[in-house]
Amino acid sequence: MKKLFSSKTKELEVDIDRYLDRVEKSALLFNEGVKDYINDNMNRFDEHLKEITIIENKADNVRRDIKYKLYTFMLIPDSRGDVLGLIETTDNVIDTAKKVLEQLSIETPKIPDFLKADFLRLADFSCKAVEELVKGERAFFKEIKIVNDYINKIHFYEHEADKIEEQLERKVFKSKEITSFSRKMHIRYFVERIALLSDEAEEVSERLSVYAIKRFI
Amino acid sequence: MLKILFFLSSGLFLGWSLGANDAANIFGTAVSTNMIRFKTAAIVCSIFIILGAVISGSGTSHTLGELGSINKLAGAFTVAFGSAITVMWMTKLGLPVSTSQAIVGAIIGWNVFSGNPTDMNSLYKIFGSWIFSPILSAAFAIILFIIVKRIVEHSKIHLIRLDALTRKGLLIVGAFGAYSLGANNIANVMGVFINSSPFNSIQIGRVFHITSIQQLFLLGGIAIATGVFTYSKGVMMTVGSDIFKLSPITAFVVVLASSSVLFIFASQTLKTFLESFGLPSFPLVPVSSSQAVVGAVMGICIAKGGKNIHLQVIGKICIGWLATPVVSAIISYITLFFMQNVFMQDIL
Repeated sequence: MKKLFSSKTKELEVDIDRYLDRVEKSALLFNEGVKDYINDNMNRFDEHLKEITIIENKADNVRRDIKYKLYTFMLIPDSRGDVLGLIETTDNVIDTAKKVLEQLSIETPKIPDFLKADFLRLADFSCKAVEELVKGERAFFKEIKIVNDYINKIHFYEHEADKIEEQLERKVFKSKEITSFSRKMHIRYFVERIALLSDEAEEVSERLSVYAIKRFI
Repeated sequence: MLKILFFLSSGLFLGWSLGANDAANIFGTAVSTNMIRFKTAAIVCSIFIILGAVISGSGTSHTLGELGSINKLAGAFTVAFGSAITVMWMTKLGLPVSTSQAIVGAIIGWNVFSGNPTDMNSLYKIFGSWIFSPILSAAFAIILFIIVKRIVEHSKIHLIRLDALTRKGLLIVGAFGAYSLGANNIANVMGVFINSSPFNSIQIGRVFHITSIQQLFLLGGIAIATGVFTYSKGVMMTVGSDIFKLSPITAFVVVLASSSVLFIFASQTLKTFLESFGLPSFPLVPVSSSQAVVGAVMGICIAKGGKNIHLQVIGKICIGWLATPVVSAIISYITLFFMQNVFMQDIL
């Protein structure tokens, strides 16, 4: 019984680590995928899309496993609601990352050259926000004191992403090069979707900050 | 035999209510937060209460004996009955009550009724310990809280592993708490019966020797364990979720701090050890486990920066110190009067 109990504890620890690894990887794949698309490197883009789809599936399985173990083996009764809340909302981050690449592949919007640098920076900041989120979540499990440092960084990257999003939208709608309104709307949609990743990361970080306060003894 | 059981029944009832109420001080948070199952808690609690009572229960009983030596079974029955009524009545009124304070009041009632002088030295020792025990418990809690907080923050233990460790910790300090409760509070339940114990010593082989007092304490311990099994679950849920709302780790600190206080006021070994070094020792006095817990919770509030301290709670402890012994003394006096003059029992 004791062995069973401690092995479940260890398993759950590994599962949570594995889940966070996947979140981090999905953000990196997202960033690489956007770069490939902007740079018209479509073979690599397709590979990254395939990879992120697999990662998203695997993350879903691990998430379900964590939920099952938390409740079946009565682990961390005091904070399992918080842990689940964290894992569930983090799932939106992976979903958004995958969805952006998928939509790029389906809709193939044409990004004009003068917007490319801004697109890359926007994807980069969104990716960085998720990377900091993963570090913050790892700290939540192991070193509660430093969670706030990561939350501050997430806020910073989200804010930067917001600024670029606004600049991009202004450029799109002022542009004489993009003539049709529908194309402007189309590009704007992708600007918003890429920026959404940092918004999702910030939303999870809001929860994380509350859960961290609750965990302080 | 029936007569003996009848006369012991008031003590056994007091034991039952002690188990029903005080087990929650030890395992309340652990059970109400689902860290430990009630069944596990009840089994561990019962075993260690009985062990504590039989192995280390005599120290505090001796102090109660000094306060007033009741040498007739009927008298002991009435004194225990008087304090049981006090406990029941004050619990019903929602006032904080401790069996330790009730039994001391009831013994004083017996002293007054029988015309025996109350040993003021013992009385001062007892009152002093009551005031000192929650303060000491708060001090222990502050120190332990700081140590535990430091360890948890610096060790970078994963939340899941910390949870598993906390469960084990709660079970271990719960066992220690139950042992201390049995050792410290068995005197409240069975102390008054010592001089009139109906049992004889039993010798099993050459090694085991069970004195009549130990048999009495075993019976009292079983009564407390029955209280734990039959009635403490509801109290645990109330203590755990309504009044304190402790996290499992702070519950660990509270139980360890309050149990240590109960232990040092009950352990003859510790007393002898301290005295052998010429150090001041703690008197062996039954103290209130509830008040020790409240003291420990206050200690944690202080360690967290002094916020959320309810002065009302301190006021309630003071009411417990004063009202319980007085009420119990009066009830004991009245029941002794009836026992002697209406039921014509030989109580002196």
